[in-house]
Amino acid sequence: MNQATYTGVLDLAAGAFLLAAVLIVWRRELRAIVRMLAAQGVALATIPLTVGMYQKDAALVVVGVVVLLLRAVVLPLLLARAVGTEDHERRESTPLVNTTASLLITAGLTVLAYAVTRPIIDLDPSPATRAVPAAFAVILIAVFVMVSRRRALSQAVGFMMLDNGIAATAFLITSGVPLIVELGASLDVLFAVLVLGLLTGHMRRTFGGTDLDQLRELRD
Amino acid sequence: MNTLLLLPILAPLAAAAFAAAVGWRRLSAFVTVLAALSVLMTAVVLGSQIGSGARFGVGHLLRADALTVTMLIVIGTVGTLATWASVGYINAELAHGHTDERGANLYGVLVPIFLAAMSLAVLANNIGLMWVAIEATTVATAFLVGHRRTRAALEATWKYVVICSVGIALAFLGTVLLYFASLHAGASSGTTLNIDVLLAHATRLDPNVTHLAAGLLLLGYGAKAGLVPFHTWLADAHSQSPAPVSALMSGVLLSVAFSALLRVKSVVDLALGAGFLRAGLLIVGLLTMLIAASLLVVQTDFKRMLAYSSMENMGLVAVAAAAGTKLAIAALLLHVLAHGIGKTLVFLAAGQLQAAHDSTAISDITGVLARSRLIGGAFVVGLAVLLGLPPFAMFASELSISRALASAHLEWALGAALLLVVIAFAALVRNGSRMLLGPPDPGAPTIAVPRSVAGALVTGVTLSVALGLTAGPLTQLFRTAATMLGATP
Repeated sequence: MNQATYTGVLDLAAGAFLLAAVLIVWRRELRAIVRMLAAQGVALATIPLTVGMYQKDAALVVVGVVVLLLRAVVLPLLLARAVGTEDHERRESTPLVNTTASLLITAGLTVLAYAVTRPIIDLDPSPATRAVPAAFAVILIAVFVMVSRRRALSQAVGFMMLDNGIAATAFLITSGVPLIVELGASLDVLFAVLVLGLLTGHMRRTFGGTDLDQLRELRD
Repeated sequence: MNTLLLLPILAPLAAAAFAAAVGWRRLSAFVTVLAALSVLMTAVVLGSQIGSGARFGVGHLLRADALTVTMLIVIGTVGTLATWASVGYINAELAHGHTDERGANLYGVLVPIFLAAMSLAVLANNIGLMWVAIEATTVATAFLVGHRRTRAALEATWKYVVICSVGIALAFLGTVLLYFASLHAGASSGTTLNIDVLLAHATRLDPNVTHLAAGLLLLGYGAKAGLVPFHTWLADAHSQSPAPVSALMSGVLLSVAFSALLRVKSVVDLALGAGFLRAGLLIVGLLTMLIAASLLVVQTDFKRMLAYSSMENMGLVAVAAAAGTKLAIAALLLHVLAHGIGKTLVFLAAGQLQAAHDSTAISDITGVLARSRLIGGAFVVGLAVLLGLPPFAMFASELSISRALASAHLEWALGAALLLVVIAFAALVRNGSRMLLGPPDPGAPTIAVPRSVAGALVTGVTLSVALGLTAGPLTQLFRTAATMLGATP
């Protein structure tokens, strides 16, 4: 793989990664959102696979395959199972922020991501590091999704997106954290998503729905 | 001597495996108590051996130094008391139908896993591994918070998992950025995240990236330590958890997360100077105290009251860490230990009150002292510890923190902190006396005290008094830890 292809593939992956986040903000259908999340997982896995092949780092390629399995297959499947079967459960309820405003905020957050990541690019202006604003933008967009959505599942999707953004940052700026930390972190995320999936099920049985507006018993 | 470092992790894991195999039994519950006790014993042995040095294990993944020993003592002490009390607590829950056999079995497995994760967090030399362990505590405790499976418990669990996971994810981003900066400072990739390697390269870290990393780490670990702005999970989770779990979360988990912050601080202070995190810790600490004190004043639920008292204490600990002198850090560690034991007493006593009244409203409960000398007495002692009354240890620690703040020229912070401590004091005294004093209601239910809860309470009271009279060799341990953390003299 030559330098030009490497840079091209990385930029494409980072672009697709960010695009998936924007589409998640745009769509309201929960199944479509989970599909977008799987697509984002593929874009994320492309980064370690590309960097691994370019740097001839077999361990990183293996990590890339694990990431692909976990974030593009296993976790989206877990979430898809947690989507309810009833009609009113399959769509995000009336959002707190409407779609147009959400997309504008997303654009604003992307600009902010470029500003925040300046010190990182200044320290190491390599092709991979130059793509890091896209990863940071996904982190910020994920936080926005978590605060503006009202379905339990949308919050779980937001959490996974946040994690994808952090993983992408790690792959872009440091070619991934040491293996033991990567494994531990992946395991933690897997368990956290499992727990959220189980809780969504409990919530549906207890409250008859997963609208987080019903969670208002505990307050001061 | 690698095995000694592994014992505090493996002993609770073995207890969890045993509990998974045989289910909730008297025997498996006591095996867990033994595992917690072995954490404490390991701390004592390690403490007598390492002095001011550090010992590494498992290829430098683990380390034991004075801070590790201090935190293992906190985990071991509170862990022993809480798991001991669990025996009677869970049997009573089973008898009252608040939980079923499956719930009890799950409890028996998750509590020792929770202990193991906390031990790993304080033993980790690699800050990435430390992060993994702290996130693992969230996963392990999720279903402990939701133990009762009521609507409120479910709500608390959801908020707890979501808010803590997001907070801790930010800490991971901070860890990644620190790794990046350290790689560019010339550290080799395999060992870069090890605390000893980070400290060796700290002065060459890129300041701009380190600023970003330090901010994220403060927010992230602050979330788990109950500091603003991610503090909102705390009162809900503490009020819904079973009493022994509340004691563990409030008395240990918060301070374990804070000890992670102390580790990070020792690196960041070398890279950026003490000013950056001092400002951050002061803002976060004082705001936390402000929110906790205001909500203590209007509180009507006694378990939430205890939760906000924990927040107030963590805020004070953050302010003490901001002062950063040897006196302040040593006092902070004493504060953490004394608070852990005191909070365990009040939470365990509160658990029995909740079981008797099936309510956690302050207004439902009167005349506890007259109705049960043991529960009332333990509540009084625990409250006295938390209020910082002499002869208990938090009197000494709060005095030392005040002196440290004054000598660090942070008089304004001292003034603000003292004011908030006084407000919290008044609120706790008012609510506490409403519950404890007065004649008992003629129709009030009897307060049952299972034997194991009584044992844990008596031991806790004894420990609180002993720690108040003399910290003994602990004083030297806390000072060593402070010096090791790079505290100014």
